[in-house]
Amino acid sequence: MKTDLTDTTSSKINKALVLGRRAIGTPAVGMVLTLVIVTDEENAYDALKAANEASREHPSRTLVVIKRGSRSPRDRANARLDAEVRLGADAGSGETVILRLYGEVVDHAQSVVLPLLLPDAPVVVWWPVNAPTDPANDPLGALAQRRVTDTYAAEQPIEELTARAGTYTPGDTDLSWTRITPWRSMLAAALDQVHCTVTSADVAGEEFNPSVELLAMWLAERLKVPVRRSRSNGPGLTSVRLQTSAGPIVLDRPDGSLATLSIQGQPDRAVALKRRETAELIAEELRRLDPDDTYAASLRYGLERLDEEAAVTAPAPEQPVDVTAVPSAETDPAAGPEAGAEKKAPAAKKAPAKKAAAK
Amino acid sequence: MSTVDGANPLRDAADRRLPRIAGPSGLVIFGVTGDLSRKKLMPAVYDLANRGLLPPGFSLIGFARREWQDEDFAQEVHDAVKQHARTPFREEVWQQLIQGMRFVQGDFDSDEAFEQLKETIQELDKAQGTGGNFAFYLSVPPKFFPLVVQQLKKHGLADQKNGSWRRAVIEKPFGHDLASAKELNEVVHEVFPPEAVFRIDHYLGKETVQNILALRFANTLFEPTWNRSYVDHVQITMAEDIGIGGRAGYYDGIGAARDVIQNHLLQLLALTAMEEPASFDADALAAEKTKVLGAVRLPKDLSKATVRGQYAAGWQGGAKAVGYLEEEGIDPQSKTDTYAAIKLEIDNRRWAGVPFYLRTGKRLGRRVTEIAVVFQRAPHSPFDHTSTEELGRNAIVIRVQPDEGVTVRFGSKVPGTQMEIRDVSMDFAYGESFTESSPEAYERLILDVLLGDSNLFPRVEEVELSWKILDPIEQYWDKHGKPAQYESGTWGPVEADEMLARDGRSWRRP
Repeated sequence: MKTDLTDTTSSKINKALVLGRRAIGTPAVGMVLTLVIVTDEENAYDALKAANEASREHPSRTLVVIKRGSRSPRDRANARLDAEVRLGADAGSGETVILRLYGEVVDHAQSVVLPLLLPDAPVVVWWPVNAPTDPANDPLGALAQRRVTDTYAAEQPIEELTARAGTYTPGDTDLSWTRITPWRSMLAAALDQVHCTVTSADVAGEEFNPSVELLAMWLAERLKVPVRRSRSNGPGLTSVRLQTSAGPIVLDRPDGSLATLSIQGQPDRAVALKRRETAELIAEELRRLDPDDTYAASLRYGLERLDEEAAVTAPAPEQPVDVTAVPSAETDPAAGPEAGAEKKAPAAKKAPAKKAAAK
Repeated sequence: MSTVDGANPLRDAADRRLPRIAGPSGLVIFGVTGDLSRKKLMPAVYDLANRGLLPPGFSLIGFARREWQDEDFAQEVHDAVKQHARTPFREEVWQQLIQGMRFVQGDFDSDEAFEQLKETIQELDKAQGTGGNFAFYLSVPPKFFPLVVQQLKKHGLADQKNGSWRRAVIEKPFGHDLASAKELNEVVHEVFPPEAVFRIDHYLGKETVQNILALRFANTLFEPTWNRSYVDHVQITMAEDIGIGGRAGYYDGIGAARDVIQNHLLQLLALTAMEEPASFDADALAAEKTKVLGAVRLPKDLSKATVRGQYAAGWQGGAKAVGYLEEEGIDPQSKTDTYAAIKLEIDNRRWAGVPFYLRTGKRLGRRVTEIAVVFQRAPHSPFDHTSTEELGRNAIVIRVQPDEGVTVRFGSKVPGTQMEIRDVSMDFAYGESFTESSPEAYERLILDVLLGDSNLFPRVEEVELSWKILDPIEQYWDKHGKPAQYESGTWGPVEADEMLARDGRSWRRP
């Protein structure tokens, strides 16, 4: 069931929600949280689709906040709020309100959202694109227990990751971190099987993918060993190699779906490690709403420190695989890997990588 | 530098995204061609793999008489998974699983077959890195238990060497009375130590059943009233709408009480009535469950406190149903109960004087399992009699299946100018608040076996105590009277209604 409201207010939207629920005969629903999606018109459809799929696991009220650009000074002066209320089969297993903001009200989105939050239930804000630099201090972010960003979708993911580390507040999380949960869980399972000492690690993945950095920082933080990063053609992360006292442990996924786990002295094994859809990532994010301390610790480890540690123990430059850490460390350790990567990456190569990212 | 000495540096209790993954291991299923294996076990293994909860290299060995090759077995698992798995079929997960799938053909008394099983396990340890850790799932009729267990011992398959583990998983029935249960336990424990034996009561793997503990001990709202001061009585029901189907051979002579009350219902009773465990670990839980089962007392006059019945011909949900005695393969003189209702009391400070009514039956109104805690009426009501005429007793109902959830019933004013109070329900539904994520009971239980986590498995003492409760009733039934007949599709014999009416109560319609 859909209700369109033009030039409306939050209280009229609330009324429409109550009437709508009565009309379809479900006066009480067990929704567990409010999910606020802040996006532009271009990304709204995909984000809402993912949220609706995720709502099958976590029935929620989804508020999509779309900030419309104004084309003229007159437009800018005329503040207006349009809403589309969806209930029942049109809204996954919850309620959806799509809010379109015009003019001045764009800067006061929290005044629209606040009256529409479910009582008592937790609030999650998700920015599929264009996340604010400091999510916790954003007016909408301040309403939420949990703030979900996605550095993968950023123009300069690596810089943005560093910025996130600077402004981290408990409750922040990033989908680039969510994406590597299966990798982390498989690597932890691999170390369950072998009693050994890890001496160093290598992580390879496509460029402009902050998951590579996050996984490397997590390994460095947990294992206290130097971790090198290298570029590959993707998709996503392609391999992790742990050097251990019991020989190398390699998790290799060239095709984005089936990986091979090799442990010295044991036969190679195929393990399913498929790249997941956004809906699955959001569902994982909504499963726990307490601060993610492991993410915080990994993020704060810092890319600079990662490069320094890797440079100190890096083997002589004859190992050509290591294109990131070694050259950038030699020229200017403070510049970080992205400086080296920018120089190396021709513009033509960047485009397909971005396309894969969007998928 | 980082050393892995037992503690894995990549594991951290605060990192709650990482799931509990079983260590290197494999599962051997005896009776792999059976219904349970096809409908529950194989899909559960796949669902676990799909959720990333099985270790890389997890292996599945099927053991049965059928003349299959590994490929035939894989095909069978493939079909079973496609048909019954809860999660969508994904090729890459299947590719991971299929590498560790083997089939061993043979009879349970064949030494060659068990030697071959041993070789298969050794081969898998090499090829898949299972590290000698295997669980043996005995999905076979109980009469084969001793044979299979002895064969495992004879061929050294039950030996736990070099830190590896071997575990046995057995399904109900755990005997048919106390003596046979003890005998069975002796047979199994002669080969496997008690902590390596996992008795599956699939009810305990259900989310709602685990939620009984969360509801009672994580909240402050319910526990203060959870005692004789407020509770009038408790009803625990497990109803099935089907008849015995093709299980005549198994069911006749066993009956509803042995089949359901002894295990499922008494476990539900234990969880509902037990004191708060010191912690949520297996020993603390078992201690409390054992304590409360030990405190269960039977009423003196069993003729007034127990009822048994047999379904007679009738209409069940719009389909014509034959009576139990007319079922194929059933002796027309059979005294086996297809319905049983019993009244129990618990002799402790919390529950003294509060009856627990347990009932189960086949061909009842609908398929439902629930625990209803019915409260006393308010000791004084400021409203006059006519205004509270339609007010029943407050109740908390834990709906175990289907439509898992919790219902609270209480009185509320009917809108209007008169003061009229009527019962209303407040519902919490798992399907609404946490849709779709509930794993199947078998998934949880198989994972727990592989992890060695015995929280959700009844122990020897619990099984034996349950038989001690049921045995006197069965003996009484053997000597006195015969089952009452009840029409299929109804809620059981009138005698059961009379049993509660004598106490001034009535059965809830679930």
